[in-house]
Amino acid sequence: MKTNLSALRDTRIIQRAIGESFRKLDPRHQIRNPVMFVVFVGSALTTVLTVQAFAGHGEAPAGFILSITLWLWFTILFANFAEAMAEGRGKAQADALRKTRKDVLAKKLKEPKREAEVETVPAPTLRKGDTVLAEAGDLIPADGEVIEGVASVNESAITGESAPVIRESGGDRSAVTGGTKVLSDWLVIRVTVNPGETFLDRMIGLVEGAKRQKTPNEIALSILLASLTIIFLLATATLLPYSLYAVNASGQGQPIGITVLVALLVCLIPTTIGGLLSAIGIAGMDRMIQANVIATSGRAVEAAGDVDVLLLDKTGTITLGNRQAVAFLPADGVDPKALADAAQLASLADETPEGRSVVVLAKTKYSLRERDISKLGATFVPFTAQTRMSGVNLNGRTIRKGSADAVERWVKEQAGSLPSKVRTIVEDVARQGGTPLVVAEGAKVLGVIQLKDIVKGGIKERFAELRRMGIQTVMITGDNALTAAAIAAEAGVDDYLAEATPEAKLKLIRERQAGGRLVAMTGDGTNDAPALAQADVAVAMNSGTQAAKEAGNMVDLDSNPTKLIEIVEIGKQLLMTRGALTTFSISNDVAKYFAIIPAAFVTVYPELGRLNVMHLAAPQSAVLSAVIFNALIIVALIPLALKGVKYRPVGAGELLWNNLLIYGLGGLIAPFVGIKLIDMALVACRLA
Amino acid sequence: MNSLLVSLRVALATMLVCVGGYTAVILGVGVLTPDSAQGSLITRPDGTIIGSRLIAQKFDKPHYFWPRPSAPDYNASGAAGSNKSPTSADLTDRAKQTVERYGATQDKPLPADLAAASGGGLDPHITAHAALYQADRVAPARGVAREAIVALIERHTFSPGGPLTPDRLVNVLELNLALDRDFDPTSSSK
Amino acid sequence: MTAMVFILLIVGGSALLSWPLGRYMKWAMDPDETAGPGRQKLDRIFASIAGTLGTEQQGWKRYMVALLIFNIVMFTVSFAFMALQQHLPLNPDEMKAVEGSLIFNTVASFTSNTNLQHYSGEASMSYLTQLCSLMWLQFVSAATGVAALAAMARGLAGRKMMGNFFVDVQRATFLVLLPISFVVATLFLFGGMPMTLQGSAHAATLEGLQQIIARGPVAAFVAIKQLGTNGGGFFGPNCTQPFENPTFWTNAVCMVAIILIPMASVWMFGRIIGRVRHAGVVFAVMLVFLLAKISGAVWFEQAPTQAFASLPIEQATGNLEGKELRFGAATVPLWAVLTTSTSNGSVGAMHDSLNPMTGLMPMIGMWLNATFGGVGVGMINMFIYIILAVFIAGMMVGRTPEYLNRRVEAREIKFAAVTLLAHAFFILVPTAVFAVTPWGAATLNNVGPHGFSEMLYEFSSAAANNGSGFEGLGDNTVPWNIATGIVMLLARFIPIILPLAIAGSLAAKKPTAQSAGTLGVEDVTFAAMLIATILVVGALTFFPAAALGPIVEHLKFMV
Repeated sequence: MKTNLSALRDTRIIQRAIGESFRKLDPRHQIRNPVMFVVFVGSALTTVLTVQAFAGHGEAPAGFILSITLWLWFTILFANFAEAMAEGRGKAQADALRKTRKDVLAKKLKEPKREAEVETVPAPTLRKGDTVLAEAGDLIPADGEVIEGVASVNESAITGESAPVIRESGGDRSAVTGGTKVLSDWLVIRVTVNPGETFLDRMIGLVEGAKRQKTPNEIALSILLASLTIIFLLATATLLPYSLYAVNASGQGQPIGITVLVALLVCLIPTTIGGLLSAIGIAGMDRMIQANVIATSGRAVEAAGDVDVLLLDKTGTITLGNRQAVAFLPADGVDPKALADAAQLASLADETPEGRSVVVLAKTKYSLRERDISKLGATFVPFTAQTRMSGVNLNGRTIRKGSADAVERWVKEQAGSLPSKVRTIVEDVARQGGTPLVVAEGAKVLGVIQLKDIVKGGIKERFAELRRMGIQTVMITGDNALTAAAIAAEAGVDDYLAEATPEAKLKLIRERQAGGRLVAMTGDGTNDAPALAQADVAVAMNSGTQAAKEAGNMVDLDSNPTKLIEIVEIGKQLLMTRGALTTFSISNDVAKYFAIIPAAFVTVYPELGRLNVMHLAAPQSAVLSAVIFNALIIVALIPLALKGVKYRPVGAGELLWNNLLIYGLGGLIAPFVGIKLIDMALVACRLA
Repeated sequence: MNSLLVSLRVALATMLVCVGGYTAVILGVGVLTPDSAQGSLITRPDGTIIGSRLIAQKFDKPHYFWPRPSAPDYNASGAAGSNKSPTSADLTDRAKQTVERYGATQDKPLPADLAAASGGGLDPHITAHAALYQADRVAPARGVAREAIVALIERHTFSPGGPLTPDRLVNVLELNLALDRDFDPTSSSK
Repeated sequence: MTAMVFILLIVGGSALLSWPLGRYMKWAMDPDETAGPGRQKLDRIFASIAGTLGTEQQGWKRYMVALLIFNIVMFTVSFAFMALQQHLPLNPDEMKAVEGSLIFNTVASFTSNTNLQHYSGEASMSYLTQLCSLMWLQFVSAATGVAALAAMARGLAGRKMMGNFFVDVQRATFLVLLPISFVVATLFLFGGMPMTLQGSAHAATLEGLQQIIARGPVAAFVAIKQLGTNGGGFFGPNCTQPFENPTFWTNAVCMVAIILIPMASVWMFGRIIGRVRHAGVVFAVMLVFLLAKISGAVWFEQAPTQAFASLPIEQATGNLEGKELRFGAATVPLWAVLTTSTSNGSVGAMHDSLNPMTGLMPMIGMWLNATFGGVGVGMINMFIYIILAVFIAGMMVGRTPEYLNRRVEAREIKFAAVTLLAHAFFILVPTAVFAVTPWGAATLNNVGPHGFSEMLYEFSSAAANNGSGFEGLGDNTVPWNIATGIVMLLARFIPIILPLAIAGSLAAKKPTAQSAGTLGVEDVTFAAMLIATILVVGALTFFPAAALGPIVEHLKFMV
């Protein structure tokens, strides 16, 4: 079903792109791309020559000039088509987004509180600073910040993720996006943007590429391509006087015709990359969007490829979100089973994943079945910031579990003490990267539950890959240095920042940048904002605060911190595609010389026929074949331009070597084969 | 303005050292090689100059060995090559005349160095092979046996680059001087 | 076989010698703390000669201005000496006034380190002109190139202050060029080269003819001519004139002298930027091109003189037209390639008379102009190709391109592309103009494609600041003098100014860190990339022109 839909979508995009290809023939559009503009002027020139030829004053047979002219126009249309295809895919996405921006009515509040009087106004009239109420079933009218209430919100309109998310005032989950739907409860929202500047608006603008600005590398490449175009213009334009001399000197033949000169020029200038350049850029943004990442600029996408340090939050990125109990380590003279039993009792009512894991471990290890806490008549003592312990009171038994110092304080109050053996266990566990939870019953310390961070499967290999790509990984964690070091070693990161504070993070980024490195990070909290602003590639989680989103230069709609790695790859792929197609385009020239030069001078210097190494049938078929190849190769490479060249996570040397072989050597050989085949086809069709 | 003055100072310093000092020192070292420093000249007993060992001079009398063709006609103050392309018809025409002059035939083809003009037109050498080729003309012109001429050529044959070249050359002027010394110079009026 | 041995000895020997010389040149041009107190004393002397500006540290713009002003002074002073020669001393052969456009051409030629010669030294220049105008320029123009390279390398090493031009030019003159010239000139003296201030010798030949034998202070002149990639001969036909190159051995010394400093410049560059391995890769790439051209030249020159084919002429050793016998057959193609791979331009045989495809090899050398290239400037030209290679390769590894830890962006690409564009322009466009006007057509010494080659070669030589020529061309005309004069000057200074600007721009950037994801510039892969870039971007531009000159001549006559 989905494939049908996307196929349908693609067909529609193609139809639209074909129309766009013709609309883009406007010279005002063409002049923006110097390479294609030269083709444009050349085509116009040969069109005039065609007319002249049909009027009987042709410099060559009218049919020949006409064929060349048509294929030159096709060359431009194909390039236009590539650009239109790339834009079309963005537009399709934008249209889908725009549908979510229906005319919503907003419940505007007179005062920023729930009880205030409500006035119903159209959403576009809302200004920054207004407060609105959104209740279950309402569409949130504008981007804003929750100032009161908590609610579940469906954000699938922008993220594509159907599971609802929680939005509440204060903290890091206070940002809401216009066009998303409140599913339950209510929110009071302060609008943070003016109409037309909403997140949705920006996204639409970006994917449509309407105001797409050239990125720095794209500008540099454009300059290079324009210069190469001028160089080849020199090389071909001077052929006219050279051939005049040759005609004079050899006393035979005609000087090179304008049609052939234009054909040669168009074949030599880098039309392949020139025609696909903007499509590559748009497609790069598009791939980012397909990864559910919105970049605020193409520049950021480009910079992503340059990143050499990744700051990764430990929890959620490197380790599974939660720690799990892996062992019960009893104190001297305590039966391990007794410890497990006490630990289980203390955790029965503890609904945190850590608590659940204790119950699970007791069951798997000592076959202690889960008991119903209410049937036992036990009372649960929840964790508080003051006690930093949780536990259970049961028939006079008081069981507590908590951090070593909290439990020690508790047993001391009851004239007990923390045995030195337990203290040793606690230290050992911490050193191994685990978290020790000490269990005590009354004044007696029973032992230690070892909680451990579980490193995500495959993450170590991923980091090794990154290392080969030349990217360092730094783990950011609130854990102490001992724990952090152990996890860092297990996960295979290059470095870690323990007991991380926002200030420490910022400092770390600045240090790395001073060493000439480009740093990427993810963040969601308001306190991440300074670090996000400092980082070169800063991906804010969509679930994060407005401040974080403002500070970053990308937003990950999936709020998936692992996405950073993908983002880097997309950035690299963008540059690689440009480089590969540039190489391919320039390498093509060798074959085109061998096709056209002998043909162009056949009447003056028949000896140059020896350079016709492809044994093309006739001079005119040779020139035409080269021009046709030059046009068709653009079409052939559109999928590559849109998809990007294949990226493999290997070092720069190996990448270069592979790409040089594929696109350099391939670019050298392909046109020899292609031109020969086209020539054979032309002969077979008696077109030449 | 400042830069201009400084440039002039530096220009003056470099000129004094590189033109004045350097030339003077090399002229001084030249005292160690007085003969070649003056141009490797060969003089008659009366002091008049016959020519330079290094510079070809014109010979077209049959009893002398002839040097390679010269585009400037052995003008030692206006050296030049023919600067003709090896594919040039002009070159064929010129070589035709040379071939006629030497009377070369398919049976007795002319050594290439006698047909090809040298770079500066002043190449003092011909190959030993080319000298032997001319022995057939010089010997009767001098009225001596060919063997005597061949022996003279062999005495004057040298290898310009020792083991690094296979070439065997003779200096035409020196060979002709030896001819005049060893064989009756009066016969030169024949 | 002996030919192969000889070629390997010259090229290999020069390469070996270039290593210690490169180290010495670093010591001379860019001394650090370890250079010793004696070395510092020398710099103090140079600084005091430079007077008020002696201790100034110059950014790229200041450095450039100083370089240009000094070169204007060079031009003016030499112009004055030449224009006034008939009134000045040291003119034993009573040389007359030189025609205006020829003075312009000649002074432009020597200022730009080109040494294209539209005059014949022994027929038109006084000894004073030869020494004070021409030989002096051979020193200081070469020194300008070495200084520019040192400055550029400093910039690439991240130093925004690129040194002091007035000190650098003296370092290059006094510490690099002068001592080596002493050594080489002395070798030449013992090889039999004349060194005299006496006028022409008047000889009465054995056959009783008058022969006026021009001579002069040749040994001193030829030494710096070869070492400084100048190439301007004391005599018209350059090193084919026996006084300018009397023996096989002086010929060998000449060839080493031609290539030595250009080779050492690469090592000096590597040492200043602190990346000797990178310099090694660049050196290897240059060597590959050099050997390829030598092989081509040797191969094609084996074919005998085509014009003699129908005549009873015995051709055993390949084409001999325009060659001197004493140098041996192997040295001619080698010399032709060496002198055009560097921007030297002195000739050991008449290039006009080389077989067509042999003649293409020197042209390729000048089109690339970076496969060792001129002293200092060859490496600067190669830097342009490196920038392009790094840019394209950088993208192919998925990063914003960077060179020596600094990002290559629009500004750098713009300057590099304009440099490249200028080179193509100066060769192709003037050739086109002269090909269809009597300016060119009326001055040719050969017909057909070879005539075209003569014009193409002339502008290639001017644009590459080479100075050799297809000398049959009657190039001492006002149009040729003015056109090539302008080309030489622009083609000299544009490729110094823009690369220095790039270095300045790079130096101002924040350095990036090196990682496994960074494009390496010290490995075989990069070498391959650089070779491909040079071939495709540098050489391919000229393929159509080559096809209409040497290639068609070859196909027409030689196969």
